[in-house]
Amino acid sequence: MRDFYGTTLSNGLMLGTAQYPSPAILADAFERSGASVATVSLRRESGSDRAGQDFWQLIQQLGVRVLPNTAGCHSVKEAVTTAHMAREVFGTKWIKLEVIGESDTLQPDVFGLVEAARILAEDGFQVFPYTTEDLVVADRLLNAGCEVLMPWGAPIGSGKGLNNLFGLRAMRAHFPDVPLVIDAGLGVPSQAAQAMELGFDAVLLNTAVAKAGDPAQMAEAFAAAVQAGRLAAQADPMEPRDMAAPSTPVIGKAFLS
Amino acid sequence: MVDITIIGAGVAGLCIARELRDRGASVQLYDRGGAPGSHSCSWWAGGMLAPYCEAESAEPEVVNLGEGAAHWWQDKTGLVNSQGSLVVSQDRDQGQLRQFARRTSHFDHVDRAQIAELEPDLGDRFSAGLFFSSEAHICPRSALTALHQSLLNDGVEFTVAERDPTDSSKAGLTIDCRGYSARKELTNLRGVKGEMLMLSCPDVTLSRTVRLLHPRIPLYVVPRGDGIYMVGATMIESSASEHVTARSLLEMLSAAYALNPAFGEAEVLETGVDIRPAFTDNLPRIQRDGNLIRVNGFYRHGYLLAPAYARKVGELLFGQTDTEVPHEHSA
Repeated sequence: MRDFYGTTLSNGLMLGTAQYPSPAILADAFERSGASVATVSLRRESGSDRAGQDFWQLIQQLGVRVLPNTAGCHSVKEAVTTAHMAREVFGTKWIKLEVIGESDTLQPDVFGLVEAARILAEDGFQVFPYTTEDLVVADRLLNAGCEVLMPWGAPIGSGKGLNNLFGLRAMRAHFPDVPLVIDAGLGVPSQAAQAMELGFDAVLLNTAVAKAGDPAQMAEAFAAAVQAGRLAAQADPMEPRDMAAPSTPVIGKAFLS
Repeated sequence: MVDITIIGAGVAGLCIARELRDRGASVQLYDRGGAPGSHSCSWWAGGMLAPYCEAESAEPEVVNLGEGAAHWWQDKTGLVNSQGSLVVSQDRDQGQLRQFARRTSHFDHVDRAQIAELEPDLGDRFSAGLFFSSEAHICPRSALTALHQSLLNDGVEFTVAERDPTDSSKAGLTIDCRGYSARKELTNLRGVKGEMLMLSCPDVTLSRTVRLLHPRIPLYVVPRGDGIYMVGATMIESSASEHVTARSLLEMLSAAYALNPAFGEAEVLETGVDIRPAFTDNLPRIQRDGNLIRVNGFYRHGYLLAPAYARKVGELLFGQTDTEVPHEHSA
């Protein structure tokens, strides 16, 4: 299994911590899924005087690795400032880097992303960039010092699954040694299983679990799907074909004599 | 007569005082901020008595305990507006409406014409909605002031001073209803910031609470009469309560504008921000330690749940008695 900046995760499920009906249900979702990473976004207003610390303490009590997130940042400067604040609050070098470029689709501003990634990597951060499946951007991010890439499945919160299978497959094939995480756009567990079957190392999701009628049960369902997808990928799935092939061919059939 | 001290005259403290006074207790109220006003988180609330809508994201207990709230408030203050509540979403967010319908009950589906009939000023802007006819709302400021006044009329002593609950409990039965100010003693209490605005918009007439479902900015508008509307409310995991942020203001205003563009011409009368006290399951708690009872954690459900919790405190102290019967008939 590919590691994330030297850390081997127990499984490939990363869960966001926003939008749950209550922190108790959030904790339940983590317990039932066994998710290995919790992403947390900081609002700069809460970071300034640690006004959000009640909630952050709850996150730290989950006992999983925290991946702070620069969610909602629209510029390099904002993202860099938020990353610094996150490092201070959570005491980790890990940062999920989001630089939003378009407010309707929330798609990443890949130019700002590369610039912010370079600044943060040079400053000792271990950057998890939220990017598209564009191979050239991916290459630039790796050159900027990223050792993990997180392409989107579909726009954040849309629940549309893997929108560009060709692009994601190409990315997996192109960067066989880089840990890749599908970040954003997943709606149901089968889509997470599909991502894992393609050979991705993890999936990161929030809304699909937090906004489900029963978030804890949905989290468990995603955990099962991630495991199924990983097992399948390791088991070398068969190639699809056009011609039918009987599963019980006449030649191999046992006969009674 | 049992002597009881209640500290904190927000919605929880006042409801409990009213309930205990009605059960014959002698009540003293303390609030360091004085009569109901902007120092209290309850002052900034929406005042929705909407248990069925809350089922979308709240525990079933909130629905069960909140069902009697409108009746209680009407009985104690006579100020309840029981026109129901209307839930709408824009055409591109119809999935949100379907999901809301799956998770709630006690509503009727309404189409464009029915929405226009209920709220002419929503016109033909919305093609589908849900109408919760048995829900209600109350103006928090009038309600708090009315409860406060009725308690004074009934001989309840009201002192404007800080009172330490532990000290007070040494002298007698004490109920701590200080909300987020009790954070030091209640370490598992957290603050959830809420922001709201008051708009004056005589061009728009709405007669009931309208909720606009939106994937990013769910919002509600509660009419306060005379063309005044309360628009709320954000939910932010933070205990900073200084000012409304520009982003929240922008989001609330654009959602109001989506409801009816005439809100673009509204005057902003005030913006408000305060900290909701909440436990990790977002449900209130009654905790008793000898002479000290702490009631806290009403989160976004103060007006909806305080009556039920006031009754629970009454039963805790006086046993089961029926307070549904108005005073004058109970003898």
